[in-house]
Amino acid sequence: MIQSLDSAARPAISAGFRLQWEPAQEAHVLLYPEGMVKLNRSAAAILTRCDGRRSIADIVADLERTYSAGDLTADVCAFVSLAVERHWLELSA
Amino acid sequence: MSEPIPAPLPRQSADADGHRVPSERPGPPLWLLLELTYRCPLHCVFCYNPTDFSAIGRELETGEWLRVLAEARALGAVQLGLSGGEPLARDDLETIVAAAHRLGFYINLITSGVGLTEPRLRALKEAGLDHIQLSFQDSTRRMNDFLSSTRTFELKSRVAELIRKYRYPMVLNVVLHRLNIDHVEEILGMAERMGAEYVELANTQYYGWAWRNRGQLLPSREQLRRAEAATARFRERVGARMRVFFVVPDYFETRPKPCMNGLGRVFLGIAPDGVALPCQAARMLPGIAFPNVRDASIGSIWYDSPAFNRYRGEAWMKEPCRSCPERARDFGGCRCQAYLLTGDPDNADPVCDLSPHHHLVTEAVERAQQDGGEPSAGDLVFREYRAGPAREL
Repeated sequence: MIQSLDSAARPAISAGFRLQWEPAQEAHVLLYPEGMVKLNRSAAAILTRCDGRRSIADIVADLERTYSAGDLTADVCAFVSLAVERHWLELSA
Repeated sequence: MSEPIPAPLPRQSADADGHRVPSERPGPPLWLLLELTYRCPLHCVFCYNPTDFSAIGRELETGEWLRVLAEARALGAVQLGLSGGEPLARDDLETIVAAAHRLGFYINLITSGVGLTEPRLRALKEAGLDHIQLSFQDSTRRMNDFLSSTRTFELKSRVAELIRKYRYPMVLNVVLHRLNIDHVEEILGMAERMGAEYVELANTQYYGWAWRNRGQLLPSREQLRRAEAATARFRERVGARMRVFFVVPDYFETRPKPCMNGLGRVFLGIAPDGVALPCQAARMLPGIAFPNVRDASIGSIWYDSPAFNRYRGEAWMKEPCRSCPERARDFGGCRCQAYLLTGDPDNADPVCDLSPHHHLVTEAVERAQQDGGEPSAGDLVFREYRAGPAREL
């Protein structure tokens, strides 16, 4: 699954889903019909960068820069795969 | 209301016997449902609205609904359902949606589609409506018209087209019961032709008008088995293109549903007249004075009112729930069902086979077997607006 992700693919929040900051929960949440996912900080850091313009490689580079982290490719790809599987994200080439 | 919001559980601590008791304040009412009106052009026999809705007081005005939205949002409410009755019967629906959108709600319109013209849908889209759930009574025009007691099938097909045109996901909800459950294959075929992405086949829950009509609506086991088999065949054929949820009627289960994820934990419903409820059906519960948003703030209603604290925690539970290891998962089931079937809302939901009243459920199911699931529509009571008690047809 992880290997099959193309790092040039550009993830975007799926139609019908909405990502927003909820002060009452002190967290980002992903909203969808009759449902809500409360996101932890790393999930939120990735999803807020999934704007349909940036590629997975761009997002990895941005996160590594922002958090002064080592290679995050595997972590980001694992999460993006999961998010695609759950229909939170859509990928375009 | 099939998929409760997976929400953080309210913080609780345990008393000396290990029973959890509410300690700090519960979490916010994450899920707000406004039943904007009990008015509806349909007359569905399975409606969960109260059978005496005609006698319920005047509807909240626009400004009152907007205040409810603002106060609930400030507490942390984020999912908004707009329902009824038929919410499109309110001509201020667009105003309510626009205000909710500005506040940051995720807005779901739950509608029969009657009254959803293109100008209204365009206005709702511009106002920020996120999602539409369209209800269908059945796939064949004859059955659809009979069950809703009005000619709406062609209208709904047009509405389905409009929903797609305005780029909403096509989400269909079909309430199943003895009179239409044998049509599941045709219903799914119709949903496919309409381009539906999600279909919820929700078996009737027996409250309100549906409770009144339970004897005529409860399917037989054989009907249920055939419907599930038809659903499985359909899923196999269409694959990932369509998602089909089949909600089994809880009368056929041996454990109760975790109704509302526990009363007073995530869900806040406001009835057309402003009465605040921890579940849409709860106003039937005896001995509880449900507060009205005309008299109190949403914050005081949610956190402080006796009505909303009544079934929080576990202190209210009786045996077998009180010592049951599953109580944290199902919260003893549904208070309304316990009340309707046993006369005491504090009892275990009789759907549970650990309940001493479980026979009340199995006997109702057995009666449905004896009837052989034969449609016998003669005794159905159609939801209607009347000054007096509902007329028996």
